[in-house]
Amino acid sequence: MLKNVKLWIIVLISIASLLVITVLALRSDLIILDPKGPVGALQKDLIMYSIYFMLAILVVVFVLFAYMVIKYREHSKNNSNDYKPDMHGSTKLEIIWTLIPIIIVTALSIPNAKALYELKEPPKSTVDKEPIVIHATAADWKWIFSYPEENIETVNYVNVPEDHPILFKVTAADSMASFWVPQIGGQIYGMPGMVNDLYLQADEPGEYKGRNSNFTGLGMTHQQFKFVALEEKEYQDWVKDTQQNAPKLAEETYEKLMLPDNVDEMSFSSTHLEFVDHGQNSEYAMNIRAKYGVEVKGIKVKANGNEGESDVEVSNHGSHSSH
Amino acid sequence: MFEFIKEHLILDDPLILGANISIALTVIGIVFALTYLKKWKWLWTEWITSVDHKKIGIMYIIAALLMLFRGGFDALLMRAQLTVPNNELLTPQHYNEIFTTHGTIMILFMAMPFLLGLMNVVIPLQIGARDVAFPYLNNLSFWSFFFGAILFNVSFVFGGSPDAGWTNYAPLAIEGSPGPGINYYLLGLQISGIGTLLTGINFVVTIFKMRAPGMTLLRMPMFTWTSLITSFIIVFAFPILTVSLALMTFDRLFGTHFFTLTDGGNPMLWSNLFWLWGHPEVYIVILPAFGIFSEIISTFARKTLFGHKSMIISLVVISLLSFLVWVHHFFTMGGSAALNNVFSITTMAIAIPTGIKIFNWLGTLYKSRIQFSTPMMWALAFIPTFVIGGVTGVMLGMAAADFQYHNNYFLVAHFHYTLIAGVVFACFAGFEYWYPKMFGHKLNERFGKLAFWFFAIGFNVCFLPQFLLGFAGMPRRVYTYLPEDGWTALNVVSTIGAIGMGIGFMIVVYNVLYSMRHAKRETTGDPWNGRTLEWATATAMPPHYNFAVVPEVKGIDAFWEIKQANNAVKKENIEYKPIHMPSNASTPFVMSVLFFVAGFGLVFELWWMAILGGIGILACLVLRSLRSHREDEGYYVSVDEIKKREQPIQREA
Repeated sequence: MLKNVKLWIIVLISIASLLVITVLALRSDLIILDPKGPVGALQKDLIMYSIYFMLAILVVVFVLFAYMVIKYREHSKNNSNDYKPDMHGSTKLEIIWTLIPIIIVTALSIPNAKALYELKEPPKSTVDKEPIVIHATAADWKWIFSYPEENIETVNYVNVPEDHPILFKVTAADSMASFWVPQIGGQIYGMPGMVNDLYLQADEPGEYKGRNSNFTGLGMTHQQFKFVALEEKEYQDWVKDTQQNAPKLAEETYEKLMLPDNVDEMSFSSTHLEFVDHGQNSEYAMNIRAKYGVEVKGIKVKANGNEGESDVEVSNHGSHSSH
Repeated sequence: MFEFIKEHLILDDPLILGANISIALTVIGIVFALTYLKKWKWLWTEWITSVDHKKIGIMYIIAALLMLFRGGFDALLMRAQLTVPNNELLTPQHYNEIFTTHGTIMILFMAMPFLLGLMNVVIPLQIGARDVAFPYLNNLSFWSFFFGAILFNVSFVFGGSPDAGWTNYAPLAIEGSPGPGINYYLLGLQISGIGTLLTGINFVVTIFKMRAPGMTLLRMPMFTWTSLITSFIIVFAFPILTVSLALMTFDRLFGTHFFTLTDGGNPMLWSNLFWLWGHPEVYIVILPAFGIFSEIISTFARKTLFGHKSMIISLVVISLLSFLVWVHHFFTMGGSAALNNVFSITTMAIAIPTGIKIFNWLGTLYKSRIQFSTPMMWALAFIPTFVIGGVTGVMLGMAAADFQYHNNYFLVAHFHYTLIAGVVFACFAGFEYWYPKMFGHKLNERFGKLAFWFFAIGFNVCFLPQFLLGFAGMPRRVYTYLPEDGWTALNVVSTIGAIGMGIGFMIVVYNVLYSMRHAKRETTGDPWNGRTLEWATATAMPPHYNFAVVPEVKGIDAFWEIKQANNAVKKENIEYKPIHMPSNASTPFVMSVLFFVAGFGLVFELWWMAILGGIGILACLVLRSLRSHREDEGYYVSVDEIKKREQPIQREA
């Protein structure tokens, strides 16, 4: 009897924990399963498709497991017909449970392959529109966005028109970073000296969180940006306004951005592509740091007589300027 | 010198200061106890210079438990930091160091030595050998691992820990991390990697050449099979790590440009090389775990393993595939659709042989009689829990979906489900199962089960929410988050689970101390009614020569069949012969200390120290190579001694 009490306590604890986790899951915001663009939607469908398969596998294994453990446990009423200690295997069964996983893996591989090729192209829903090209550059620990066509540049926020394909050309100035806007679509690495293409599109106006999800040191946690989808007209107004009212990006200002730190949002009416293409040049940021005598973690190094200071402050989000 | 120590000793962080003090007190306590009890000589002759595989295995396991404590403490600190948003318990720098050391220690200094320790204790017994093929190398393996681990751990009180993640990606680990931290990582892993590589070679040879008569390859027990395959993976994978670490060490210390941003280095090369070793590495730790579960399930279900041959085939297939999937760690690096597709398929293909194994274990339970001992509880819990880890692995293997999972908590939850439900459960299961072999008594079952429930439930409560956190978009390796991210509730639950696991571990440790005093001593070598040769020894703890007479093997469950046959046949008097055994070796210990010295010198770029250490290592090598085999003949165990040790064998009918 006492043994059973213990067992019931364990079962109760387990069920209660599962319930708590389920309730919290239902109440939390599973943004990856609530995409706001065609790329995220494609990935969500693929995820859901795989989850159904996996749940089926889990159910089969759990049921079989429970059956074996309950039926064949040692107890006084053991039936000797139910005990076959010399059973070595069964070729038929083993072939069955080799074939079924092969079928499942095939069933998962086909849509996955399709999706992989599809993600390399602009979204199908808006093939008639020419994608807007935006360069996304990670520098410790901020995101820099250049619009070469419009000749504007922003830091830590990116505005895009809704229902319009965007081609992000992702790269980095120093560490290997990852460009990720969970609700819009999957991520891609930005690496110095290389450019990776990522097509994204937002279906509805709104402000979405984007960030660097790859560990790049001290300020990585706060290396976030706002991905803002605007209505077409609003977007055009913003571009014009920035072109006319934002300051030009001076080279010295840009050099300061190469020093490791978290910064606030900024807007400029020219791009850094005039001075450097990080997709070609992986040494630029390092040279700037040497020039200012700065290393990561705010350690000063002896450089060519320059007295540079870098206070690496890892503060929570700075104030957001309006746009 | 004094200046140098003052500069690097970390005294400004209260947590580390506390660690400093406790380390100092522990060392003083140990030295005092050894001196007071006059145990120095005993320690040197019985343990440090011992080439007995069982003692080396025990030392491995003790080291692994220490590291489990340290890595677990790191984990609890991380959970504490993430329980509430905007928490300021740890500074970001400290958090980064902790998740780096947690990952590195748990995989390389906890999981590996724990399994290598169990392999050391069990394999020679299981194949009916007297010791491993190269006892001297075995001692060197242990000490170089140990001093590598010590060097890595010194970082945390002296000079600062590595902080670029256990994957240590360039360029962050080169240009982005000045100071000694990453050097500690590179040299600590390098030195302990030597030990692992030697162990791999040692066990390949042992298993191929030292088996008892009649034990054909197909009659080998599953744990021996998995260890053989693991040793092969070690031999093929670890040189990659050795070379990569050396190249990065050159980059950091001598200004070469293999992985740098400047002068034509290629940081992506590091990611590729790291995972070329790193993915086989996770199979190195999971395969012996599979072997342990196979042994335990078969023993306590009291039924022979289902599908022995298909188990072996799937092992071999897994080991081959393990080398063909490394790109799945960076699907997001911008590879072409075709490339990602190929690696998606190879990754998901691993699920096929693994699935076969899972169903074979279920098949073993079919028409069996299950005894719920503590090791069996761990093994049974492994099946459903590991399947969760497995299916999420398949989901991650779908590259198009992985663009969303990559670098977030879904991934963290997945690999903890495989590494904890697979490897850690196996370590605990094997520890309890073979404990009587090592120490002559069982661990207390009541505490064992209590620990199991705390740990198993705590584990699920800790990591199930993390799958959901992944879907909620929480990236890994962030040291804090905001209230509006909406990750608080799930993180609180996760932390509660982690505390449960911590309690479980404490109970395991308490259980060892409790059983030491109160458990009944075993009188035979077969406490569990086992099926394989390690239970065939006459005494509970096998003597240093293992078997007085090498057993004859006639089937898969060798000892089981001997027992069945003995029921009919009366034992006649056994004819003993003198047994040749290897003598102790002190050179490996000295050499490993020199490795530590040289490594420490390189970490701080103290060239004189590194060069002296290097010369010392070379001198040890030369000394060993030039010694005539006549000076190292070993010795014979006399027949009288064997008779004294072998009590009359009492078998229950």
